[in-house]
Formats: sequence, structure tokens, C-alpha cells
Amino acid sequence: MDKEKLLKLLEKDGDMTLEEIAEQLGADMRDVAAQIDKYKETGVLLGVHAKVDWEKTKREYVTAMIELKVQPTRGHGFDAIAERLVNYPEIKSLYLMSGGYDIWMLIEGRSLREVAMFVAKKIAPMEGVKSTGTHFVLTKYKDEGITFGGRKADTRRLYSYD
Amino acid sequence: MIDYEKAVTRAVREIRPSGIRKFFDIAAEMDDVISLSIGEPDFVTPWHIREAGIASLERGMTHYTSNAGLIELRQAICDYMRRRFKLQYEEDELIVTVGGSEAIDIAIRTLVGPGDEVLIPEPSFVCYDPITRMAGGRATPIVTRAEDDFRLTAQQLKAAITPGTKLLILPYPNNPTGAVMRREDLEAIADVLRDTDIFVLSDEIYAELTYGARHVSIASIEGMRERTIVVNGFSKAFAMTGWRLGFLAGPRPLVKAMLKVHQFAIMSSPSTSQYAAVEAMTNGDEDVRAMRTDYNRRRKYILEGVRRLGMPCFEPFGAFYIFPSIKDFGMTSDEFCTKLLREQRLAVVPGNAFGQSGEGHIRISYAYSKENLTEALRRLGAFTEKYGK
Repeated sequence: MDKEKLLKLLEKDGDMTLEEIAEQLGADMRDVAAQIDKYKETGVLLGVHAKVDWEKTKREYVTAMIELKVQPTRGHGFDAIAERLVNYPEIKSLYLMSGGYDIWMLIEGRSLREVAMFVAKKIAPMEGVKSTGTHFVLTKYKDEGITFGGRKADTRRLYSYD
Repeated sequence: MIDYEKAVTRAVREIRPSGIRKFFDIAAEMDDVISLSIGEPDFVTPWHIREAGIASLERGMTHYTSNAGLIELRQAICDYMRRRFKLQYEEDELIVTVGGSEAIDIAIRTLVGPGDEVLIPEPSFVCYDPITRMAGGRATPIVTRAEDDFRLTAQQLKAAITPGTKLLILPYPNNPTGAVMRREDLEAIADVLRDTDIFVLSDEIYAELTYGARHVSIASIEGMRERTIVVNGFSKAFAMTGWRLGFLAGPRPLVKAMLKVHQFAIMSSPSTSQYAAVEAMTNGDEDVRAMRTDYNRRRKYILEGVRRLGMPCFEPFGAFYIFPSIKDFGMTSDEFCTKLLREQRLAVVPGNAFGQSGEGHIRISYAYSKENLTEALRRLGAFTEKYGK
């Protein structure tokens, strides 16, 4: 069984049935089930979640990407501050980066003000944070491999034999 | 005054007008029509294939190719047929055509002359009969039956063969029924044909869209390659309908003869499409597999939905159609489809559009989004509620 492909399939569509996955891999359904269980036990598979296009709902929300420059601590490097940051539910993604800044994170809130206040009150004053840069997202075109913006209109003919 | 009617040849005059024309006209005056009638993938051609076409244009590859098609494409098709269907062909045993349609046309025109008989299992796609007639041949339908899962049986074939029989059309996986022929079915057909002078035109345009077992080509059955023309293409499998590209493969002397027809009718198939097709043949297997999984989901969904409404329907394992029976409604398929369109604004194709034997059925295509299928089932449900027994 192509295990990498199994994971890629699940990553792309967590909704697939065992039968469908087995068909795509050309593998036995029981082997696929066993391998998925193994991945769950060992923490390779962390969970399955739905991709929501919130733009299409009435929910008021904004997304911002925040760059942080931080002072690494002796012995712990950037881990100490990262381990504090992961606790905030407002922070959806958190990465340690190479380049012009150290930490990159994605924040969601109900309004610009809410996000700005969160950064100003919780993040900026945190020990070790040297500076913050906030960039608000205007439009989401694609996220984790999924294209947003909805289905294109069906331009096919109304009737045909072929 | 010129009599234009007289100017048209008898063969063309006698082609019967399209059975679905009038539905277009009705639908054109209505809003919010939902269609389950199209035999065309709803997927857009995978991006890497489109990109290969675009790249060829950017590089200025805008000239004719050789008559039979780009040599690299023909090589890629040979690899593909070996890989997918265990078919062994050389580059000079195939022609890249303008869709499967042209392949069918040049194959029939090469093999069928005045008086030659062509056997056509029905219900099936509508082009075999008129092309045969235009070539001066006689088209004889063989009516396949729901109780045989719309397969062609050896007994039926044997009973239909006459001394004038020249060609058998083998349209499987089948449009409109979704029927497939399994290896043992093909073995039985091969047993009938092996010691005759009859050729087979195997229209395998839906070969990639089978659910459960992989498609078997009759050309891979012992003794059949030498008498079979295989037609396949890019439209259905790779969602490339608008690129108009298909191919045929067969015994070298026949293909050589077909190339004569092709070169004067077409010259060569569209170059941009051919460059895109190289990419499809080389790196497209995964796309096909993903689309097939999606079609299979919808197949199960629509089949279950239609059966729940009380419409008998045999389980089809190929193409993207189901072919439920409407016998309980006391209407012809034409009446059923007209009423369904007018009252529920739902477009499906009457079974008789695919030959008289399709009467009593409707063709439902599931090459549509799940949302579309759900709404269509709701409308069909309202209709069957009203008219069902």
C-alpha cells in the first residue's frame, strides 16, 4: 500500500469511505482500516475537520496574519514563547519562521478592533516580544488546497445524447 | 426557385431529426430548469493538462501535426492502452481523431459499403445508424434487454447474423444504460465471431468509468484483436469534451485505410488539444481515479434515490448514466419527459431517443454536483408522487 498516498487522500478529503480509499489505492479495505488505526494511535493522524467558507455565512469575522519578532530565551530558544502562544484559542496557526521575523501566526476575531486589541493587550506586552506587525486578510482565495469562491456556473448545454 | 430539399442527398434527408430538439425549445422558454440530461463531465479539464495546452500555444506550436497525430502522443497512447487495458498497439496502428465521433465515422466509412449490414445493439448512442446509412450500409438493431442487464448476449448476436453482416458495433460501457460487458460476456461474443468475416467496432469511450471491475476490451480477448477497431478518447475520462480529441486503434492494414479517410476529412486533429493530451496520457491517471471515485459516489446516491421513489432501475456499472424504467406511469418516455420538464422544470432524456428499444425508460446523467442531484431527486419525487401508481 502506498502509505504516503493514503495520508494525502485523507488530507484532501476526510470524508472518503474506506471502500473509496481502498479503490484509489488499489489496496484491501481491511489493510487500509488497520493502517488508519495505526496512524491515529501514533498521532500521525491528528483529526478531521470541515473546511467552511465563512464568507458565505452571516458570521462577522476577520482574519489577520501577525508577524512577531521575539527574544529567544537561553536554553529554550523560541519554544518557551510558542508554548504560551498556542494556548490562545484566537490563534489558529502558529509557525516559527526563517527570514525577517521569527514567528508567524494567524488570528481570527469578530472585528478589526477585536483582533487589534488582542494583539495590543495580549501579544505585544508578552515578555520576549520585541515587535508585532498585523496584516488583515481581505479575501481568501485558497486555503490548505481548497479553492474558495464557490462553484462556477454550469455552462453546459441543457440537453444532449452524448 | 431552388428546391433545397431536393438538393440534399436522400441518405441525409432520411436521417431522422433529433429526438431531443423539442425539449430544447420548451426549456428555452423556462427559468430555473434543472438538468440531468448531459453526457458530459461536470469537471473542468485538470489544470496541468490545460496548462500543457496553453504552454504549446505560448511556444507557437500552432501547425498541423502528421495526419495520424503527434508521434509522441501516439506513443503515449500506446503506453496508456498497455497500462490500463492490456492492449498492445504500435504507433502506426492508431490514429488521433477529432473526438471518438470522428473515429466511429472513419471506421464505418472504411469498412461499410453499399449493402453491407451493421449490427447495432440498442439502446445505444445515436450516431451508428445514420453513419451506416450514409455509407450505404444497412443498420440492424439488436435489442438488448433489462433482464440481461442490457448486455449483448451470444444467442442474440448469433440470431442476428446474416450472410451480409460486415460489422458489429460494441458500445460498452454503454450510453444510455450504463451497462458493461464482463470478460465472460465478451468471451461468448468472441466465440460467435471468431470464425466469421465480421469485424467489431468497439466504442470504449467510457472505458475509464467503470465501477467495481476494470473495463475489459474485446480486443484483448484471444483472436479478436485482428478483427477489432477500438475507439476511445479523452472527453469522458479526462473531462476534455471541448478539446475534441479521441483515437482509434486496430490492425495495421485497416488503420492505413482509415488514415486515407481521415487525411481528407480532417487533415490532422487540433494541435493544441494533442499537446494537452500528451500530458493527460502521461500524468493523468490520478485525475481519472479521483473523478471516478466522485462519479461512483453520485452513482450510488442517485440510484438509491430513484429506487426509493419506486422506479425500477438495474444497477449500471459503467459510464455516468442510470436508465430507470417508467413503465408504471402509463406514459411514453416522451410524454414523461415533456411533463417532467413542464411541471417540475427537470430535464432528462427520453429512452426512445436511443432507439425504439429505449422506450419505457429515461436516461438520467449523474455528471452533476450533489446539490444538483438532490434538488433533481426532490423534483422527480414530486412528479412520481403525482403520477405514480
